[in-house]
Amino acid sequence: MATLTNNKTVTLSDIRDLLGAEVLCGIDLSVRVERVGAADLMSDVLTLSTPGMLLLTGLVSAQVIRTAVVADLCGVVFVRGKRPADSILSLAQEAKIPVLRTPLTMFEAAGKVYGALTGNSATDN
Amino acid sequence: MATQLFETVYHVKGSDFANAGRASTSIKDTLKRLGVPATVVRRVAIASYEAEMNVVMYAIRGKILLTVSPSDVTLEIKDEGPGIENIDLAMQEGYSTATQEMREMGFGAGMGLPNIRKNADEFDITSEFGSGTRLFIRVKQAA
Repeated sequence: MATLTNNKTVTLSDIRDLLGAEVLCGIDLSVRVERVGAADLMSDVLTLSTPGMLLLTGLVSAQVIRTAVVADLCGVVFVRGKRPADSILSLAQEAKIPVLRTPLTMFEAAGKVYGALTGNSATDN
Repeated sequence: MATQLFETVYHVKGSDFANAGRASTSIKDTLKRLGVPATVVRRVAIASYEAEMNVVMYAIRGKILLTVSPSDVTLEIKDEGPGIENIDLAMQEGYSTATQEMREMGFGAGMGLPNIRKNADEFDITSEFGSGTRLFIRVKQAA
């Protein structure tokens, strides 16, 4: 899993704008994103994440939300436009885990977020 | 943090993937409610979640016994299942006997037991091949 620490002040709302993401669950998008990680393997998230990390993932399952709860993540972004089932979103709602989805691929999404956090903006096209 | 000992049991069903992780999120809520420090809660919850996934993925059924005292939090996970033939091998990072279905859920990459050990101050595992596995962990509360 690749992770990056946020040296700038980036919020979930900035991430939404940056990734052209749709908010599926989440009321407060002013939460500061402390760190970002991209992974499909939840065991890696449980091993390497730190509290307050935002997870970019292509895996859509209830286990992603439960991993976010257990590891104190600040939110989850599903990539490639994947829409989780309502039962997964209810779980996120109940646990107060913000959930977004972006049409971008994991690689593109990670690149854009990396650029925003480090100041090295990724070039479009 | 309350001074009395708190103890509760969670039941976990094998192959119940829809509910996998539910016990661990409950454990986390309980520990937070009891006023256990956040860093301890996170370590216990991560260890518990990995252990719960192991029960769901491999066993028929299992029980998680959570105890909380002012000095530490312990988890004892006992399952009825195939057991582990070679514990030394199972403790190696990356070693796994997981199926494709398990891997598709983001688990089964051979990181579970090493990750549980990493989050524990005390770790003990015993297994009877063909019968079941007992896992015990202790996480000390900060002084």
